[in-house]
Amino acid sequence: MSLPPVPDVLLEVRDLKVHFPITRGVIFDRVIGHVRAVDGVDLSVRRGQTYGLVGESGCGKSTLGRAVLQLYPVTEGSVRFDGVELTKLPAEQMRAMRQRMQMIFQDPVSSLDPRQNVESILTEGLEAHGIGADRAERREMISQTLDSVGLPRWALSRYPHEFSGGQRQRIGIARALALGPELIIADEPVSALDVSIQAQVINLLDQLQNSLGLTYLVIAHDLAVVRHISDTVGVMYLGALVEEAPSDLIYTEPLHPYTRSLMSAVPIPDPELEDRRERILLTGDLPSPANPPPGCRFHTRCPWAQPERCAEERPPLREARPGHLVACHWVEEIADGRIRPHEVATELVRPDEEIPTVSIVQPVQAP
Amino acid sequence: MTMVVERPTGRLLEVSELSVVFRRRGQRDVRAVDGVSFTVDSGEVVGLVGESGCGKSVTALAVTGLLPPRGVEVRGQARFGGADLLTLDPRTRRDLRGREIAMVFQDPISSLNPVVPIGVQVTEVLTRHRGMTLRAAKLEAADLLDRVGIPDPKRRLREYPHQLSGGMRQRAMIAMAVACQPRLLIADEPTTALDVTIQAQILELLKDLVRDSNTALIMITHDLGVVAGMCDTINVLYAGRVVESAERRALFAAPHHPYTVGLLGSIPRLDGVRGEPLYTIPGSVRDVLPWHEGCAFTPRCSRRVEQCVAGPPDLTQTPDRSYRCVNPELAPAVGTGVKAAS
Repeated sequence: MSLPPVPDVLLEVRDLKVHFPITRGVIFDRVIGHVRAVDGVDLSVRRGQTYGLVGESGCGKSTLGRAVLQLYPVTEGSVRFDGVELTKLPAEQMRAMRQRMQMIFQDPVSSLDPRQNVESILTEGLEAHGIGADRAERREMISQTLDSVGLPRWALSRYPHEFSGGQRQRIGIARALALGPELIIADEPVSALDVSIQAQVINLLDQLQNSLGLTYLVIAHDLAVVRHISDTVGVMYLGALVEEAPSDLIYTEPLHPYTRSLMSAVPIPDPELEDRRERILLTGDLPSPANPPPGCRFHTRCPWAQPERCAEERPPLREARPGHLVACHWVEEIADGRIRPHEVATELVRPDEEIPTVSIVQPVQAP
Repeated sequence: MTMVVERPTGRLLEVSELSVVFRRRGQRDVRAVDGVSFTVDSGEVVGLVGESGCGKSVTALAVTGLLPPRGVEVRGQARFGGADLLTLDPRTRRDLRGREIAMVFQDPISSLNPVVPIGVQVTEVLTRHRGMTLRAAKLEAADLLDRVGIPDPKRRLREYPHQLSGGMRQRAMIAMAVACQPRLLIADEPTTALDVTIQAQILELLKDLVRDSNTALIMITHDLGVVAGMCDTINVLYAGRVVESAERRALFAAPHHPYTVGLLGSIPRLDGVRGEPLYTIPGSVRDVLPWHEGCAFTPRCSRRVEQCVAGPPDLTQTPDRSYRCVNPELAPAVGTGVKAAS
């Protein structure tokens, strides 16, 4: 597990596992199982690049993002940021480290305190890290940040509710930028926004990356958005990566059966193309992460699943083609057309099996 | 195209100059819908597309008579089979709703009753509108659940909404909506709360259902990708009015209204060119001009001219579309999805 760090890799995640206990009991909580939200993920993000993580709800992409920032306790594995192992870092040093890694959240309404004005929201981080001598100096610093996200200076004295959705997201981005981070983890940064506003924010993120040399880990469910902004795309299914490829290849040559069906399910605003496209419809829903299927996690819904290996052996992520990682036993056979897709019977998934609700999640207090 | 049920063809619904104003004492009136006109033919799939606040959902609620009786002023006409839905007495309208016109909403968990088993909710429609006996209704309900792709339908009927996943719940909603073989189905963002692979399943199901039973479908969505694949005619709404209406191929091949152009250009496409910035429409939907003063899109429009604020733009009719703009984009614009995709 002690691989020598590649020089330009800023973030390196190795065999990361985040399991949440499911507890039951009146007086004493008894652990009756675990939700394997993230179950063995390897990924590296190069400096100045964008890594896009996609997957459907419940696949563990958000948990992964937060675990990287140590906002959730890591069960197993390592997270190295610029060569420093974060999982074993003492709290005080981790706190200092957070200055270099910031997060942008999905919902600009609930992630901004309605009782704080914009100046207070933006300077809070600076104060916490002891940056800037006094209020005037901090104000000067955040004024520049405001400019860079395209908000007017008068915004400083206003409150979040006075802004539109797109502007609020800009405030969220400004808050992340205020500390001058190197890595930004953006969890669904545009999914709460309208199409026309979404484009503004995507372009802004792009611009900021170019001007500030930022590294992004973008987590989103919208494949088109992720493909647009990322250099590399990783596809997650039920707590693990199933495919990782340069973002152009992920659409033109998806190899994993899950990626293929995901790609074919995304509607494209082009009637001519829509009529010609072949859809690979998956049956049923995502199985419960508390009780994932044995072997390949996708085999219960996979139209290419084979009687041998798929149900018993968990496929590792391997380099099927140069720079293109896939976790499937039969990639080559499927790519060549030697294995044809078949019908899959729907397995009913019970929502009550997916116990993970807010109550069992105990995030570490973020400083 | 098999199994086409014999149904009268022709105009099914004609909405003209519909406007909905929400009035609250001490507050400014909100003109949610401001002169929407569109038509739906039998068996046609019509899209109402627009961003949040454009009035697409309120239009559907007004047509079905589901708006609250107080504090709302509804004007205009919605002709459905000879009657005006807007002036119909509540009783007759209630009979129509469910039997002739059915709706599917965005969020199945809040539209299903959480303390009543799925079976009771589905059979209720059948006994209420089709006068079936409970026994016959139960059999029919199981059949319906089977048709919408819910495995083991007999057992599902005894279960409660929370026991089903989001996709299965939406299927149950659809089963209820099509239970009476309505002539018109209104789906308001039916897949927005669902994951993309589940969305594909539900869209496919809706497509099959309307095709097999010749039901007309009004698809309300913000997702242009969804309408591209399934609608015959698409109406683009902005600030409570239809700004462009066209057959889907015509609309995507050469959008005329600058808002449509902007909307199409600002969507990152799965097959698009990477590395180029997306086209953006400046400002936000808050920057609107009231329609009676001019085109509501003027403050954000890149093609605005003096005439735009001279008064409401007239509807221009061409053979393949209609639009409201005095300075339309007549040549195909760059980056609007007209490029040939491999």
